[in-house]
Amino acid sequence: MDPLLSRLAGLSPEPDHRPWPRYRVDVGLWLRLREDLAAGRLDLLAEFAEPEEVHAVLFRPSPPGLAVASLPCPDGRFPALAALHLPAVRFERAIRDLVGLEPEGLPDRRPWLDHGRWPLTRPLASAPGPAADAADYPFLPVEGEGLHQIPVGPIHAGIIEPGHFRFTAAGETVVRLEERLGWVHKGIEARLRGTGIDDAARIVARVSGDSTVAWSWAFARAVEAACGVEPPPRAEWLRALLLELERLANHIGDIGAICNDAAFRLIHAHCGILRERVRRATAELTGHRFAMDRVVPGGVRIDPDAAALARLRRLADELGPAFEEIVAAYDDTPSLLDRTAGTGRLDPALARRFAAGGHVGRASGRAFDSRAQLAPSPYDALGFSPALREAGDVDARVWVRIDEVRESLRLIAAILDGLPGGPVRVEVPRRAGCGLGIAESFRGEVLVWLRLDAEGRVVRCHPRDPSWLQWPLLEAAIEGNIVADFPLCNKSFNCSYSGHDL
Amino acid sequence: MLRLYLRSLFAPPVSEPPPEPDPRALDELARALAQRARHRLGRSLAIRQVDAGSCNGCELEIHALDSAVYALERHGIRFVASPKHADVLLVTGPVTRNMAFALQRAFDCTPPPRWVVAAGDCACGCGVFAPSYALAGEDGAVERVIPVDLHIRGCPPTPLDLLRGLLALLEAADGRIAPAAGVPPRTG
Ligand code: SF4
Repeated sequence: MDPLLSRLAGLSPEPDHRPWPRYRVDVGLWLRLREDLAAGRLDLLAEFAEPEEVHAVLFRPSPPGLAVASLPCPDGRFPALAALHLPAVRFERAIRDLVGLEPEGLPDRRPWLDHGRWPLTRPLASAPGPAADAADYPFLPVEGEGLHQIPVGPIHAGIIEPGHFRFTAAGETVVRLEERLGWVHKGIEARLRGTGIDDAARIVARVSGDSTVAWSWAFARAVEAACGVEPPPRAEWLRALLLELERLANHIGDIGAICNDAAFRLIHAHCGILRERVRRATAELTGHRFAMDRVVPGGVRIDPDAAALARLRRLADELGPAFEEIVAAYDDTPSLLDRTAGTGRLDPALARRFAAGGHVGRASGRAFDSRAQLAPSPYDALGFSPALREAGDVDARVWVRIDEVRESLRLIAAILDGLPGGPVRVEVPRRAGCGLGIAESFRGEVLVWLRLDAEGRVVRCHPRDPSWLQWPLLEAAIEGNIVADFPLCNKSFNCSYSGHDL
Repeated sequence: MLRLYLRSLFAPPVSEPPPEPDPRALDELARALAQRARHRLGRSLAIRQVDAGSCNGCELEIHALDSAVYALERHGIRFVASPKHADVLLVTGPVTRNMAFALQRAFDCTPPPRWVVAAGDCACGCGVFAPSYALAGEDGAVERVIPVDLHIRGCPPTPLDLLRGLLALLEAADGRIAPAAGVPPRTG
């Protein structure tokens, strides 16, 4: 019998949690679930806490199943999943920083998001603590002959988000990379408490601006699940249309940026032009270049007419051949492939262990795409096939993006051809409840857990970016590569700093 | 492959015609100029972008601005890797408390005359994340940390919004506009 069901069988799920079940578990069961995680029988998609309770979002790969396990922590502590399952380390460090619950047995007890610069501590606890002193952050010690360290950041040389990377190198070769994140922590989860659904939607839409449509959709799904409403079919299809446009723009931009980091500017320039065309088409369709705030709980805020859809259809038809020229240029340039093939290889076993989503997982053989496994509507009607590669290197991550661009173009055409008519939005009633929403951003699945009170205000909302499970893998993928290839590896992952730092 | 090269060499430029500088930005800059000695930067601006807490949406539009479609360099505007080489700090995001000191350091490293542009609603102190314990001065406005010469609103500001603002900055630096008196300070 499968672990998720056998462990949780006999428990009755909490009545107010949708669409997947949530179970209150005791410490014994929590520890057995931890063993399932450690043995690879379950994946940990998210772990977060409320002042009285810690929640783990568990995924069973096959057949796909999902459940939330909640462990009450009346004395403020809980057994750390990270004691056996390392992917939980950063989740639990963040829980300590933000909620103040103590994960017992956590192997790394350094603060993570809290850099000692806030006017308080434990901002999500029932009673936050007084400000702490900004203490020096102890990086992990390294010993060995001829090793040197290169600290980089938080501000980097390019137009990118801030983070700190500490390389330990032997000559040119990276022996270890240690990341320190949290610089762009904006206090999103505390900000969300007490907001109404509309304000909360605008905030969650900006957890990571590059995946705004995915975030809005996941949030909308969480609200709709909590309140028990279904969006109209036309709205679902339009959401998918916007999501695929977002994926196109980001993947095309990333392919260009990866080539740029391999000193091949021509592809970068052409990708920049294509991406701009997608952004303009999005603006024409929605009035915003990223379609921010167009996907809302209950449906969408756009209702394009036939002429607008026809223009988009023409663009989709033109983009295909232009993109194939770029693909041919990538595939025909040995000096470029020389930089990407074999570089930054992520071991498939690690990708599975960390439940890495998006191109990071799918380029290392992890066949997971929430459009196929968890949130199929309307993709089941469109005949969707996820990308998959095995090599795990920069090149494989480029090819997953290429395959996904092709698939997005096909999906866009299919959506435009089959778009159902009817209303685009339904009323969302105000009622108390809990919902979990998932949408597949270009980076991987974004997940929103939400608890609403009877007035429809947010009691707790946890947005989990796919980057949480990808950032630690970048540390592994860069090992043994030369320092100069770090930008290339980093770009091929393209994790979000903002989405992670919250 | 060859087709892509040939097209790159012989196709007409894809760059947009430049927009007029933003009149509101010109006003604001005139005020900034009136308050201190005018320095001539020539018709060239070196920009150092600093993300001090953004959601990365603003960065995407700055990237778009740096693409062939907007071809910034023809206006003499270019992005540089170090604040030491910069005339302008282009700051995005609500400034987080965790980033405030790094922003201050970047400013200190930028040689005068220097200009600070706050790009995006968040950097202007009126974004969706405010108020928050984690933001400098609770609202994350750039001027909570360093003085600001120009605000470019938008969530995110489009590439054209950014370009209009930067062109206004060039005009101002070039001494083409007279300092205006009595322009009310921008609020919000
Ligand atoms: S202004 Fe908008 S796009 Fe820019 S950082 Fe703020 S939320 Fe993101």
